Amino acid sequence: MKLLKCIIQPHKLEQVKDALNNLGIKGMTVTEVKGYGRQRGHKEIYRGLEYNIFFLPKIQIDVVLEDKMVDEAVKAVVDNARTGHIGDGKIFILDIGNVIRIRTGEEGPDAL
Amino acid sequence: MMNRTRLLAFGGAGLARVAVIVIVPLMLGGCTAVPVHGGKIDTGDTAWMLMSTALVMLMTPALALFYGGLVRQKNVLSVVMQSFIALGVITVVWFLLGYSLAFSPSLIKIGDYGFLGGLSWFGTRGVGMDPYPDFCPTVPHRLFMVYQCMFAVITPALISGAFAERMKFKTYLVFIVLWSLLVYTPMAHWVWSANGWLKKIGAVDFAGGTVVHMTSGLTALLVAVMIKPRLGFPREAFLPHNLVFTVLGASLLWFGWFGFNSGSAIASGQLAVTAFIATHNAAAAGAVAWMISDWVLKEKPTILGAATGAVAGLVAVTPASGFVGPISGLVIGAAAGFLCSWACTWRARKGIDDALDAFGVHGVGGTLGVLLTGVLASPFLNAAVQSTPGIIHGGFKLLMLQTLAVVVTIVFTVVMSWIILKILDATMGLRVDTGEEQMGLDLTQHGESAYSS
Repeated sequence: MKLLKCIIQPHKLEQVKDALNNLGIKGMTVTEVKGYGRQRGHKEIYRGLEYNIFFLPKIQIDVVLEDKMVDEAVKAVVDNARTGHIGDGKIFILDIGNVIRIRTGEEGPDAL
Repeated sequence: MMNRTRLLAFGGAGLARVAVIVIVPLMLGGCTAVPVHGGKIDTGDTAWMLMSTALVMLMTPALALFYGGLVRQKNVLSVVMQSFIALGVITVVWFLLGYSLAFSPSLIKIGDYGFLGGLSWFGTRGVGMDPYPDFCPTVPHRLFMVYQCMFAVITPALISGAFAERMKFKTYLVFIVLWSLLVYTPMAHWVWSANGWLKKIGAVDFAGGTVVHMTSGLTALLVAVMIKPRLGFPREAFLPHNLVFTVLGASLLWFGWFGFNSGSAIASGQLAVTAFIATHNAAAAGAVAWMISDWVLKEKPTILGAATGAVAGLVAVTPASGFVGPISGLVIGAAAGFLCSWACTWRARKGIDDALDAFGVHGVGGTLGVLLTGVLASPFLNAAVQSTPGIIHGGFKLLMLQTLAVVVTIVFTVVMSWIILKILDATMGLRVDTGEEQMGLDLTQHGESAYSS
């Protein structure tokens, strides 16, 4: 099993969620996060003074999948989160040791 | 031991006796006959002045919003409190002592030129329900007193923008009381009382360009330097936490300013209309000018710029509002929008942490307005400048008098404020300690948070 940590533009969340849903992925966890990458934030202006704002708001989607689903899911996220502009985000893929459903005690892919 | 106990007991009894002697007659003053000065009450004027008083009252909470939106979350309550509590503290001071020092017949005077009122109106003694010809020929004197109270309240609160996010609250309270009595009341006496010396020589200030905005704005610059910048300034960006508050605050200030300027006619006739329109136009032009300035220099028309520009226009038109027409109002507002916008970036480049730009807006805007009054004042709109019209109406004397008023206001305000601040710094300390500043003033000064979770 793999964990996909997708950092995306906040306004792309609905579209990405729908695309992952359509693949039959049954759940995800979404967090509001802040961060910066190569673009190093953006500029804001207050009373004639410019400020460099490094940490921009992003959305992080955590979704755990069976290995065979990964390629499809990555493609869905990339296709739907991409605007082509700088700041579109990243996907991190991690191995997952086990998953346990708390209510029933099921383990592994059955618990997804 | 016995002696000390007895002394304490005596002290307590003495205090109680003083309280009875002082307070009871003051309370009785409300029901015994009050002096009659003649003159007939005009209900239209009185209605407008009641309304204006309430409008000016609203400006202090509006200022709390204007300032509150500009600070970080952890300090919003402390800033809002500094404005709000001025309504409480300064009202008490004003009714007991401030009004008497500012407006009662001059106690300290040279020849016919008055420098400070006396204690003859201490605790509202002698301030009655009849009109008082020198200030308010058609409305009750007591109404004029409470109207002026609202001006006294907002003025020290304006300064709070300078030391936002780092001032000790206890020291703040003592500061506004001392400053109100030692800077505001003498200035009000010079400019507005029956024989105040600046008024007598012919300098004009319709609603408080010198008394309200220059005094507070100049003190703001001074205190920003004396209290030193916030931790992290200018390396860290201190960004506004809620600009919607700020714009709402600016809008309510604009609304309240109709009472501030138009009410300064102390009547509801043509003069009030002159001031009303000049006020509105200056705010409008100020907003547009600052927006253009941002757009040209920084590529984006910012709403903080537009809101601040409106306030700058309102500040600048304050001394002029009863002397100028609609187009002059536009000119004053536009000039203020451009100049104050430049002033705010200037002070930042100088490394001065006047956190919310009380100087750039009130100090610079107020000075500009007092001087432009000398240029634009029209003898056709206000008989007070009949013999000393502004430059565009062919007179040069008024501008010279206005310049003198500017210089006097600067010197007096800076010297007095410096003395007050030095004493407070040495005795109580101006600034919270580093840990408190980092944690935020809401928690450390007031034990509250503005937003849960």
